[in-house]
Amino acid sequence: MKLDTPKKLACPELLDLAGGRPALLGSRCRACGEVYFPASHGCTRCCATDMEPYRVGSEGTLWSWTIQGFQPKAPYNGGESEADFKPYGVGYVEMPSGVKVESRLSVADPALLAIGMPMILTLQAYRQVPGEEPVYTYAFAPA
Amino acid sequence: MDNEVAIIGVGLHPFGRTDALSGQQQGAYAVREALKDAGIEWKDVGVAYGGSQDGGNADALSNHLGLTGIPFVNVANGCATGGSALASVIAAIQSGVAEIGVAVGFDKHPRGAFNPRPKDWGLEDWYGETGLMLTTQFFALKTQRYMHEHGIGEDALVRIAQRAFRNGALTPHAWRRRELSYEEIAGSMAVNLPLRKFMFCNPAEGGAALVLCSAKHARKYSANPVIVKAAVMRTRHHGSFEVFNPGLAAQQSPAPTVMASRAAFELAGVGPQDIDVIQLQDTDSGSELIHIAENGFCEHGEQAHLLKNGDTDIHGRLPINTDGGCLANGEPVGASGLRQVIEICTQLRGQAGARQVPGTPRLGYTHVYGAPGVSAVTILQAG
Ligand SMILES: [Zn+2]
Repeated sequence: MKLDTPKKLACPELLDLAGGRPALLGSRCRACGEVYFPASHGCTRCCATDMEPYRVGSEGTLWSWTIQGFQPKAPYNGGESEADFKPYGVGYVEMPSGVKVESRLSVADPALLAIGMPMILTLQAYRQVPGEEPVYTYAFAPA
Repeated sequence: MDNEVAIIGVGLHPFGRTDALSGQQQGAYAVREALKDAGIEWKDVGVAYGGSQDGGNADALSNHLGLTGIPFVNVANGCATGGSALASVIAAIQSGVAEIGVAVGFDKHPRGAFNPRPKDWGLEDWYGETGLMLTTQFFALKTQRYMHEHGIGEDALVRIAQRAFRNGALTPHAWRRRELSYEEIAGSMAVNLPLRKFMFCNPAEGGAALVLCSAKHARKYSANPVIVKAAVMRTRHHGSFEVFNPGLAAQQSPAPTVMASRAAFELAGVGPQDIDVIQLQDTDSGSELIHIAENGFCEHGEQAHLLKNGDTDIHGRLPINTDGGCLANGEPVGASGLRQVIEICTQLRGQAGARQVPGTPRLGYTHVYGAPGVSAVTILQAG
């Protein structure tokens, strides 16, 4: 994923794009070490509120997956017509800390997805409307 | 226990689509049916709890039923609305607030899938905008992981739906009354793999109501009261896999269902092996698959065999969702949990007709589960 051109992001605060490759940002509880994505202001594990920023990373393994087979209604704003809608993959990816990140996947073919496979973070233009700048979100691709 | 509470009347407005009636009218209809069943009038009722998700306030039912001045409390607990209303009425009767109480749930949802707003769930807009905020996706992701962990194949998902529609066809008040073949279900549209079109229930409309009183007075009103041995509601712990979560904790923890089920069995002083007829939340085939084990009716992974063997059929050892469950009745969220209780009462009274569980069932079980991680369980005994 080339990051040399600035992109419009749906969730810029979740991502660190410095260093040439996207990475997810979260938080960690200073009291018990629990990791959260997205960053949380409190720890639901130990009820503490002292949290620090935490780099969740770019690589993990596929923990579960599905294919979104129909076009979602609002609040989804992919912007395509019903005829142009293409099913997309969705999964949870287990990161090195153990936290599982819910994400769109770069592939939507069940034959290409298996629980346990290595995945790597990328950016995906989920909204592409003619005459508008595309909007990107984070996504995981088979590594 | 000498402080037990009994169900002395049940009333249902059939689930499905009733364009001519509002949700509140369907709720009021259910209350009138329940009062008739108990042989009492609305003015005899001393306390009421009720709720709906999209059908308006429950206490507005008084405008239909009569303004008698009683405490009527609105309950809003998502899928556990009915269970919470029931638990509250029981507590009110046990504490002496009233001799007779009513629990009511009703709903009328717009057609199509639920349309959540990220802000209502404490989430940012990006989560909805990028196409991650769908309940069907959540059920699929949870089912996919569960099947992987416990070595269960798609056959089990098809069989759950097949049994639901088979039982629905036997249930006069069910919404979906057409049996579906194995092939029809297995070949239906891949909505969110591994879940397909006919493995999901639809939002619907309907109303369900119960009349309750102290068990020691129950015979005054009813020849066949049903004793509530337990009515328990629980919410999630940290680490539970719940809907609308951009991130899941490193360590998984037992679901709210497990906690509610254990507490209910303990309270009732019985175990899963004692239950004769069962209602489990079947928003989709995958949810029921998971709930069979989470409620203690088998070990995780055993479901595939049970289903293939017909053990969960009406004539099996563990009859589940004898009226077709949510899959055949649809899910009016506020009413759904009380429909389950009504079906168990009907079974325990021996009034279930073509879908009657054989052998005079004595103990029944109901279970709801839903967003944002709530579960309610009841254990009911023929009086
Ligand atoms: Zn903590």
